[in-house]
Amino acid sequence: MLLGADDVRRAISRIAHEIVERDRDLSSLAIIGIRSRGDVLAARLRDAIRANENATVPLGSLDITLYRDDLTRIGYAPIVHESALDFSVDDKVVVLVDDVLFTGRTIRAAMDALVDYGRPRAIRLAVLVDRGHRELPIRADFVGKNVPTKPSDDVRVHLTEVDGRDEVELIARERVSA
Amino acid sequence: MRWTRRHVLDTDDWSTEEIQAVLDTTGAMVEVLSRPVRRAPPLRGRTVVLFFAESSTRTRVSFELAARTLSADVVNISASGSSVEKGESLYDTVRTLQALGGDVVVMRHGSSGAPYFVSERTDAAVINAGDGWHAHPTQGLLDAYTLRAALGDLAKKRIVIVGDIVHSRVARSDINALVPLGATITLSGPPTLMPSAWRCGQTPAGTTYEPDLDRALDGADGVIALRLQKERQEGGLLPSLREYTRVWGLTEARVSLMRPGAPVMHPGPMNEGVEIDADVAHGARSLVERQVTNGVAVRMALLYLLVGTPTLEAS
Repeated sequence: MLLGADDVRRAISRIAHEIVERDRDLSSLAIIGIRSRGDVLAARLRDAIRANENATVPLGSLDITLYRDDLTRIGYAPIVHESALDFSVDDKVVVLVDDVLFTGRTIRAAMDALVDYGRPRAIRLAVLVDRGHRELPIRADFVGKNVPTKPSDDVRVHLTEVDGRDEVELIARERVSA
Repeated sequence: MRWTRRHVLDTDDWSTEEIQAVLDTTGAMVEVLSRPVRRAPPLRGRTVVLFFAESSTRTRVSFELAARTLSADVVNISASGSSVEKGESLYDTVRTLQALGGDVVVMRHGSSGAPYFVSERTDAAVINAGDGWHAHPTQGLLDAYTLRAALGDLAKKRIVIVGDIVHSRVARSDINALVPLGATITLSGPPTLMPSAWRCGQTPAGTTYEPDLDRALDGADGVIALRLQKERQEGGLLPSLREYTRVWGLTEARVSLMRPGAPVMHPGPMNEGVEIDADVAHGARSLVERQVTNGVAVRMALLYLLVGTPTLEAS
């Protein structure tokens, strides 16, 4: 186990403070979670900011399936879910939220999707776990925990809202030789 | 559920899960169409061939918009002005399409079953955009999506389909999409425009025939009026258009026999004053324009779901 329920709670609380420290103008802030689980974390960050600062920032969720760069490789069409973004992102500081930062390809897709909604003043990235092994020049602004992993490992994030408990676990896998 | 179908020829053998997967994906596509930039990249670098051997503006434009919104390249081949008019066989047209390298062929044809013939002779994914009297699956799915968005769950909802059932691929595809979702269907219209077995009580599962439109509409949850082809009267199946309108035309008085707010739909183009009154066609219950918008989203959903087919994968 990498993170228990208390660790997850503390990480979210700390990131919520860091977000506000970095961009003090809450009126231009927006939080957008990447489905699925990034959207759950985004809602928790919004709630934490509301509790700390007594201000409600707009919350959205983004499904990046249509923007994946491996659609024609995987041999089937993954299910597309609806994105929910009912405010303008123009001139906002958008904090993208995801559970695990790995290759960076999901974040690339999310940024491509996001600019179809408008032109944010800045896009920042908050993740619960950064496990390394980037394949694109992308980094996170706010990180819950940095975890050294092997590329073949599996990092699984469980969140109460979808999985019934808060926990992050590392499942070590030997690389399957071809 | 993992999508495995390679072609969209008819929905008669689709599972409820498959229909639901299309409708759920359509919901996501409706959201894409509401964005400031109405474009997403999943079909980038793919070619969609629109092969319309029978005239159609709405369906063709709808498919074209759907393909372009998903970033595909679009090639149009219509019957008039093409080699089809010069006597080229369907087989030769298919071979040409194949050689052009289309990834998806969207086709409309006057002969029932033509898309099956094509699907067996090309590597491309084939989408049936209407074949003869047989099927128009994307219309059935967009009607199902529109009704589900308006009524919520379709279980135990009763929908009336009125008009020229026997010549209608729309009626057949509506039945195939709506019945698996739990709706029941009351068919209405002149007995001369009903398939003979259906007229005699042997209607498809989930449907019944009620020639009296007032009785059919009483307490219904929605109605779909079909386009009446004027040549049916010339063919002796109807005494006159006026009589048809008097007995089976949708009027304000008739549609108010349904539940309050029950929607009115029509696949278009409408003959206002024949199968539907102008007040009803443009009234508060009318979802006709919504059907057009949702049509683009349903076609995007299907084009997207076919992205996993082998040719698309290999190219």
